Amino acid sequence: MLKKTLVALALAGLGLTAAHAQTVVKIGHAGPLTGPAAHFGKDGENGARLAVEEINAKNPKIGGQAVKFELVSEDDQADPRTATTVAQRLTDLGVKGVVGHVTSGAAIPASRIYEQAGVPVITESATSPKLTQQGFKVTYRVIANDMQQGEAMAKYALGTLKLKKVAIIDDRTAYGQGLADAFAESLKKAGGELVGREFTTDKATDFTAILTKIKSKAPDAVFYGGMDSQGAPLLRQMRQLGMNATYLGGDGSCTSEMIKLASGAIDDKVLCTQAGIPATKMPGGSDFLARFKARFKSDVLLYAPYSYDATTALYEAMKLADSTEPAKYLPALQKISFRGVTGNVAFDAKGDIKEGGVTMYHFVNGKWEPFN
Amino acid sequence: MTPRTVVGVMPARLMDPTAAPDWRLVRLGKGIMETLIQQLINGLVIGSVYALIALGYTMVYGILGLINFAHGDVLMVGALVALQTMTFLMGMAPGMSPLVMLSIALLVAIVVCMLLGFTMERLAYRRLRNAPRLAPLITAIGVSFLLQTIAMIIWGRNYHTYPQLISTTPLQPIEGVFITPVQITIIFGSAALMIGLLLLVNRTKIGRAMRATAENHRVASLMGVDTNAVIAFTFVIGAGLAAVAGVMFASNYGIAHYGMGFMPGLKAFTAAVLGGIGNLGGAMLGGIVLGVVESFGAGYIENLTFGFLNSSYQDIFAFLILGLVLIFRPTGLLGERVSDRA
Repeated sequence: MLKKTLVALALAGLGLTAAHAQTVVKIGHAGPLTGPAAHFGKDGENGARLAVEEINAKNPKIGGQAVKFELVSEDDQADPRTATTVAQRLTDLGVKGVVGHVTSGAAIPASRIYEQAGVPVITESATSPKLTQQGFKVTYRVIANDMQQGEAMAKYALGTLKLKKVAIIDDRTAYGQGLADAFAESLKKAGGELVGREFTTDKATDFTAILTKIKSKAPDAVFYGGMDSQGAPLLRQMRQLGMNATYLGGDGSCTSEMIKLASGAIDDKVLCTQAGIPATKMPGGSDFLARFKARFKSDVLLYAPYSYDATTALYEAMKLADSTEPAKYLPALQKISFRGVTGNVAFDAKGDIKEGGVTMYHFVNGKWEPFN
Repeated sequence: MTPRTVVGVMPARLMDPTAAPDWRLVRLGKGIMETLIQQLINGLVIGSVYALIALGYTMVYGILGLINFAHGDVLMVGALVALQTMTFLMGMAPGMSPLVMLSIALLVAIVVCMLLGFTMERLAYRRLRNAPRLAPLITAIGVSFLLQTIAMIIWGRNYHTYPQLISTTPLQPIEGVFITPVQITIIFGSAALMIGLLLLVNRTKIGRAMRATAENHRVASLMGVDTNAVIAFTFVIGAGLAAVAGVMFASNYGIAHYGMGFMPGLKAFTAAVLGGIGNLGGAMLGGIVLGVVESFGAGYIENLTFGFLNSSYQDIFAFLILGLVLIFRPTGLLGERVSDRA
């Protein structure tokens, strides 16, 4: 009995010392830091890191205690299996919230683990509609999903550009397939004609065989559901095969990498959509870009402002609930509404962002020009 | 079975119930020959690159019985070293003619890769030469990871734009069929290299030493052949070919990345097995066959299976053929029927 009391006293003592010092709150970030999508993963991680550092600079107090946030970054290799391992590691480390995963293919399998552990997870870039349709309480997203992107693109291609015959290629990842399916569905609704549906992988570099097949059907446009690292060579090969069809892409094609990698082949017949709005048009955009550049000596690729806002959303919910415990602050995620870098951040019942805009871009004068 | 009948009977309904079949027939009928020739060209281009890489696999296997899984990554190092050289030259001498620049870059890449091949053999494989077969195999996989990671540290995670110093503006030798000067260079360049290699192995002294070492290195060394030097030479030649293949691959697609060697490496390995691993002619044939089968597989799988399978199954043709060849000719298309070497 005495022993137990002593132990209890010792523990209480520990607790007291902890109360005087800062409590460290771990926030996880998960995304690909190696592999073909590593550049996106690093971009997301940097956004989250900037948010954590800026929050810490404010000497935050939650539940009457000074807290210090710490970012734990993990590499999920954009791989479904690695993602579940990473999710397990993060929850075992006792993170209070997670920003990520960057790709839909990783985010969906990982979400089950976070749901079981009750750890809120906000993705900055996984746009597959399926992610928030699984009935999980912990999944949130700060970016518009693929349904919205696909609709916007189909409407524009058919309505404004008067393109009728469209072929679709996707890379068989959750992201690429989700985007391509959403586009195909909207295309049919809008009365367009689907003349070919082809598939590749996210590791392929040669698309000449499927492009030759598509070419024989003379499409007005080719839609690619996938990332820039495949989109750029695909576009180049289209032009090398003498195909003059318009290239349509989702947010994976809407990057500065795409312009760089497809240089020489990219022209004004290349269009893409981006979930959300351009960094320069974001309410806190230009200021954010400058802060990001000063901290990391590199430019924002795409998702850094979103991972910044996702991290801030976790913090805002913790402040509102006055607790860093996931079980306590999770309901608060439904109530928060704040002005983030990317715009107003507030979530619907499923966890999707309420005001998630989609912007259409075309390639003009050497860069992506938004037109809305 | 002519392609016309294949396409003619293809019902579109299985893939897309709303499509009108007669429309597809007309569409395909018009450009059918062009499509066929184009697919053949597509296959030849990629097949030539596979063949060039496969030679490196097969030479090392022929001599050591080792599958050098790091071979694909040597290709990547070659492409990136050439990229680095070209970037440097563009900064130093912007007025230099593109062909000279490419030649210098290619030369630097070949030399670096040859050194890499030599080092790899000396440090990683030589001391395992008498170890059980699994040990060098696992080491090769380790070397592959090592090279990728080092390349990632040096050149970063991002994809690089590859300067296309040979024109990529498509030519139209036949109306509706397109080929770029880069692709022509790839086909003829690799053919020339392959002929050169065959001459080297079959007509020179060092070639004879290589064949002798492949046959039996103990006996070869008793006959006065410096087998260590021959094995090192084999690695060096293979790495040089991989460097050329890497520059060709990257120039054709306009893109380079630290992980770019993995897929072509795997495909070339498949090609080497298909042709009969250990056999030079087999590697060349296997590469070309694999490239063409892949291209036709992706292009015609939907038509051939009446819409039952689509291009997400494009690789099954290549592996189906590999499987069939290995069932009926376990040593590959041109493999010798020598049980202790296959």
